[in-house]
Amino acid sequence: MILPGNASCQGCPIAMAMRCLDEIENPVLVIPAGCSTVIAGLHPKSAMKCPVVHVPFASTHSVACGLSEAYRKLGVDATIVAWMGDGAADIGFATLSASATRKDDILTVVVDNEAYMNTGTQASLSTFWKAKTTTSPTGKTEEKRNLALVMLAHKVDYVATASVGYIRDLRRKFRTAGKKDGFRFIHVHTPCPPGWRFPSEKTVEVARKAVMSGAWILWEYDGKLRISPPSEKYADKSKRIPLKEYLNQGRFAHLSDEDVKEIERKIDEEWDLLLKFS
Amino acid sequence: MRLDPILSKATVGSAGETGSWRNFRPVVEAEKCSGCKECFYYCPEGVIEVKGVARIDYRFCKGCGVCREVCRQKAIVMVQEE
Ligand SMILES: Cc1ncc(C[n+]2csc(CCOP(=O)(O)OP(=O)(O)O)c2C)c(N)n1
Ligand code: SF4
Ligand code: SF4
Ligand code: SF4
Repeated sequence: MILPGNASCQGCPIAMAMRCLDEIENPVLVIPAGCSTVIAGLHPKSAMKCPVVHVPFASTHSVACGLSEAYRKLGVDATIVAWMGDGAADIGFATLSASATRKDDILTVVVDNEAYMNTGTQASLSTFWKAKTTTSPTGKTEEKRNLALVMLAHKVDYVATASVGYIRDLRRKFRTAGKKDGFRFIHVHTPCPPGWRFPSEKTVEVARKAVMSGAWILWEYDGKLRISPPSEKYADKSKRIPLKEYLNQGRFAHLSDEDVKEIERKIDEEWDLLLKFS
Repeated sequence: MRLDPILSKATVGSAGETGSWRNFRPVVEAEKCSGCKECFYYCPEGVIEVKGVARIDYRFCKGCGVCREVCRQKAIVMVQEE
């Protein structure tokens, strides 16, 4: 669905995820401002083979809802995909939440690079604990919001997390969600080389280490919540790789051993909470 | 109203010939390549085609090195561009 020679940086995880849109039939993308906007191309050129509507942040789900209703009335077979960054999910949260509550016929994909990258790495609600960004110059002090769990609380039919480090699992989730009707939500972990400060060839390795250290948990809800196969064994803490191996990125270079232990406790709490639903 | 002029058109190379961004060129050693397609799935740019062995379109490959990292056969080497 995305053509070569687009504007994504070297090793871009969002471009990797956009390639997986091939799993979805007749997608129509609704994209608020962010890296995805730039990657999708500047008029009169588009990097996407499918229709794209560029929208202001807070209108994302209103536009998507209108399109989806119009296509249904006209009998056009299309899958409306609201494709947004984690920052757009912060800024557009009111309409995202309302759309989920109405159970609009929309697939929402949040590509989460844990900051507002397109404007130069400002912290978002998704930014990892203690990570350095331009608005958290000594490391983020606030909580990290678990957006997928928040969406699950809207009692929608399908919610999943995914990662560009496990592309077959990601493609399967796009395929599964693409075939369903109603409000579907997929939260994709997208480690960003320039924003997190690691070399461009390490995108997949960093994404996998997030899962192997338990810091990013792959799960799927379709009436029942299940931990996805790549994450299963990391429910057992003793099977996880040392967290420090994942935190080997420029944005964490300032962390002390005590900081790492504190983050480990946060990760344990995330697992405890999630496993209560499974 | 004619909408045509305000609609963008799907274009290969929407950001130009991105192969010129490359500092290192990924080179496939055909005898080591098993044709497993792992590099095809992970290449962010979608410039790898695997028909028996992997082939890379250097017009647009940005030289990120992801393919080298995911190849379990170690069939891809990164060579410095001139
Ligand atoms: C209404 C409005 N406010 C602010 C901006 C500036 N802006 C452009 S992209 C962006 C942040 C996007 O962050 P995110 O959604 O995380 O996407 P990413 O760039 O990380 O992929 C902002 C604030 C804008 N384009 N429009
Ligand atoms: S800043 Fe990160 S997410 Fe944005 S285009 Fe570059 S690599 Fe992709
Ligand atoms: S990952 Fe390696 S072995 Fe597999 S197709 Fe690519 S180059 Fe060949
Ligand atoms: S270096 Fe990057 S862009 Fe080039 S073929 Fe390998 S993965 Fe694709």
